[in-house]
Amino acid sequence: MTSLVWLTILFPLLGAVINGAIAIRRPEAKGLVSLVGVGALLGSFAVAIGIFLEVLAGDGTATRVLLWQWMPVTERLSIDLTLQVDRLSTVMLLVITGVGSLIHLFSVGYMKSDPGYARYFAYLNLFVAFMLVLVLGASLPVSFIGWEGVGLCSYLLIGFWYEVDANSDAGKKAFLANRIGDFGVLMAMFLLWWHVGTLDYDGLARQAPEVLAYAGAPVTLIALLLFLGCTGKSAQIPLFTWLPDAMAGPTPVSALIHAATMVTAGVFLVVRTGVIFSLAPVAMEVVAITGALTAFFAATIALRQNDIKKVLAYSTVSQLGYMFLAVGTGAWAAGIFHLVTHAFFKALLFLGSGSVIHAMHHAQHAAHAHGDAQDMRLMGGLRRAMPWTFVLMGIATLAIAGVPPLAGFWSKDEILAAAFVRGGGNTIYLVAWGLGLLAALMTAFYMARLMAMTFFGRFRGGDTLEPHLHEAPAVMTGPLVVLGLLSIVGGVLNLPGFAGGSHYLAHWLEPVTDATLPYLDRLEMPHGMTELLLVGGAITIALVGLALGMWTTLRRPVLTPAATPAATGLARVLEGKYFIDELYQKVFVGPTVWFSRRVLWQGIDQFLVDRMGVGGTARVAKGLGWLGSRLQNGHVALYLTLFVAGVVLLMRAVIGGAP
Amino acid sequence: MDLVTPVFWVFAGWSVVSAVLCITRRNPISSALWLVSTMFALAGIYVLLDAQFIAAVQVIVYAGAIMVLFLFVIMLLNVGDAPREWRRWPVGLLGVGLAAVLGAQLMMLGGYGRQRLADEFSTQPAPVNPALVFPEGMASAAAVAERGVVGAVAEPLFTAYLIPFEITSVLLLTAVIGAVVLAKKKL
Amino acid sequence: MLLGPSLALSAVLFTLGVLGVLVRRNAIVVFMCVELMLNAVNLSFVALAQVHGLGGQVMVIFVMTVAAAEAAVGLAIILAIFRHAQSVDLRQLTLLKG
Repeated sequence: MTSLVWLTILFPLLGAVINGAIAIRRPEAKGLVSLVGVGALLGSFAVAIGIFLEVLAGDGTATRVLLWQWMPVTERLSIDLTLQVDRLSTVMLLVITGVGSLIHLFSVGYMKSDPGYARYFAYLNLFVAFMLVLVLGASLPVSFIGWEGVGLCSYLLIGFWYEVDANSDAGKKAFLANRIGDFGVLMAMFLLWWHVGTLDYDGLARQAPEVLAYAGAPVTLIALLLFLGCTGKSAQIPLFTWLPDAMAGPTPVSALIHAATMVTAGVFLVVRTGVIFSLAPVAMEVVAITGALTAFFAATIALRQNDIKKVLAYSTVSQLGYMFLAVGTGAWAAGIFHLVTHAFFKALLFLGSGSVIHAMHHAQHAAHAHGDAQDMRLMGGLRRAMPWTFVLMGIATLAIAGVPPLAGFWSKDEILAAAFVRGGGNTIYLVAWGLGLLAALMTAFYMARLMAMTFFGRFRGGDTLEPHLHEAPAVMTGPLVVLGLLSIVGGVLNLPGFAGGSHYLAHWLEPVTDATLPYLDRLEMPHGMTELLLVGGAITIALVGLALGMWTTLRRPVLTPAATPAATGLARVLEGKYFIDELYQKVFVGPTVWFSRRVLWQGIDQFLVDRMGVGGTARVAKGLGWLGSRLQNGHVALYLTLFVAGVVLLMRAVIGGAP
Repeated sequence: MDLVTPVFWVFAGWSVVSAVLCITRRNPISSALWLVSTMFALAGIYVLLDAQFIAAVQVIVYAGAIMVLFLFVIMLLNVGDAPREWRRWPVGLLGVGLAAVLGAQLMMLGGYGRQRLADEFSTQPAPVNPALVFPEGMASAAAVAERGVVGAVAEPLFTAYLIPFEITSVLLLTAVIGAVVLAKKKL
Repeated sequence: MLLGPSLALSAVLFTLGVLGVLVRRNAIVVFMCVELMLNAVNLSFVALAQVHGLGGQVMVIFVMTVAAAEAAVGLAIILAIFRHAQSVDLRQLTLLKG
């Protein structure tokens, strides 16, 4: 079965081709599209389960499947298209195909009336194919194919409703931010090739420690460049601004790409190249503190957002920050653990919000009203109309807030514990731990606020809409239920000792992560009193945050957009997202545009190339032509004179000397 | 021998004076007549250079036929004295300058001395038949002495130069047709 | 012999021909100056025939033939031009203008 791993990629790829063809020839054949689109994912998921069972029975050694020689340039430089099935890629494989299947299923309901239905599923299938290439690749270049491919699909899907300028602009923004990151990955690959001479994950794990000095400049530079790529792909400071804008795409896309899978690729890459990171302690610190800062700042922004998807977007950025905090401390398993649980509950949250938006949109449509279907200030009291969505989103909220025994609690707790342990010897990690703790509080707060504004209180969208609100169809709630169950029980994957578990996932991943052990201080997880104090603190923070969020939101009626006074002070800063976009606009975009317009376009292109180069050539030719036409004036006498002059010159050439 | 050189100079002076007058006379008929005069002087020089047949042809064909044709056309067109025959001075001066330079260059060809000519012949892969090179300058005289005045020219003309000669007849035919086509108003 | 003086005379006559071509405006006179140049060249041929054999004299025959043909055609052209422009002044002949 393992040798058939390429089937998991082939199915969605074929699905993309077929759906793409349908999108061009017969876009109205939605039944066929659903069959192909969802079927491809289910097939791929089935293969993934087969592989998983095989890996489960195996001893943890990686299986490498050579598909073909991709670039056999020389003996030394030969890049093969090899897939690697080990325990890490199996986890990712399951998450991507599993959650992917659920989201595909959900999309059948969500996108039902969209004219671009076939195109949507073509893109979505293509995305899954590329994502699987990314996680299954056995070397950096192969993973980079997927890395770029998912970026492309992300761009296509963010700008899916490209008729609206803002959507395609958001797509472009995501693409550009990712480009900066890709530059880092490419440079890191070049440097690795230069220093180590291989780009294979196996080869890197074996040879990098021999070639690269511990904490040396080259390995630090390589790790930081790789991390630059991760900040782009996984929306970390400073390249996080694209992810909130990416919510312009359809909501299932946000769930699949911008919450569950693609944005976690950065975390995956750090774990995959863990050896290199563990050789560069400075880079590890940078990763951890960047993650913590991102977690903190994104959480503060989420506090004041009114767009339901924007809240979830900043929440995603914040949770990704947690994952980087985890891998920055060397707690690889904790990072992957949080990646998996986050995939469950964040996908659930996004799909739940999709269900809400779907309901709002249909209600507006039925009532012939127009309004923002995503503004929480126009929602409220939806729990009566949408009990299933309400319950399931409630579960997800408890999970992300960190209420035991739901999935999010275990993973987040482990990350914070790891940061706390590292903080004992390094202030940076202590600061990161503090930031993570504050972010946890705010996470609980903003999620409670989201729930309160959406599902509690009175409906604020207008009386005409209210009768039209109803629960989503079963094809949409079904995946929600599955994700809800996973969000509840996801924690058993890696239960800590005090809860009767044995860190199963951590041990499961050991064949992959053990290569880093010699270069990291052993992470002694707290025991006894300290552990219980930490856990108790985390639970307290989660509950306090939830309670505060509910209370402050429901204390007084939520104002509709029209009645909301302009925010002031800190609230204004948070609502304005710290004006990071404006800052980037001023510092980077503005000067770049100015430079492009004034210097490159008007200066070089218009003046130098067009006026001087092209126009100048034309003018010179015209001038020469004018001179020539003066000569060609029809007077035989002049011709004779010139003729004699030519003879004189010829004579001079023949006999030489003067004159 | 003693007499040849002074006579040559007399003819040379005559031809140069005639040529100068030819190009300076305003009246084209005067010019044509002075050109005829130049040709007579040249015919005299040809005799001095042992080319008696050429001298005769010069007088008969050139001065006789061709120049008469010129005079005929001049009179036919009835072109009198041109009020402004000379070019305007910048162009004219340029012409005079060019002609002077060209003349100087031609004179410099005198630098091509006998030695240099001999050198060039010796370096050429297939030189002119050495038997035909007469350093003493007696080739024409020798040929005349051997084959007579006409035979001296006729022998190479109808042997070595037979094909060019025949082609020349085609050229003449073409010229005749061309002249008729051009001169006739309607064919 | 008189090779050198003959060639010098030839150069002088040729230069005079060129001068005539360059300074005269009457097309017929210009034509005659061309004939003068041809004569100067003939003189060179005859003079050099003394040294290099009778090929030079044969060449003079050819030159005369060509001159005759040229005169015939050239004068026909002048006739045609005169018919067209009522003049043989070179300055007024700008038909070659592109």
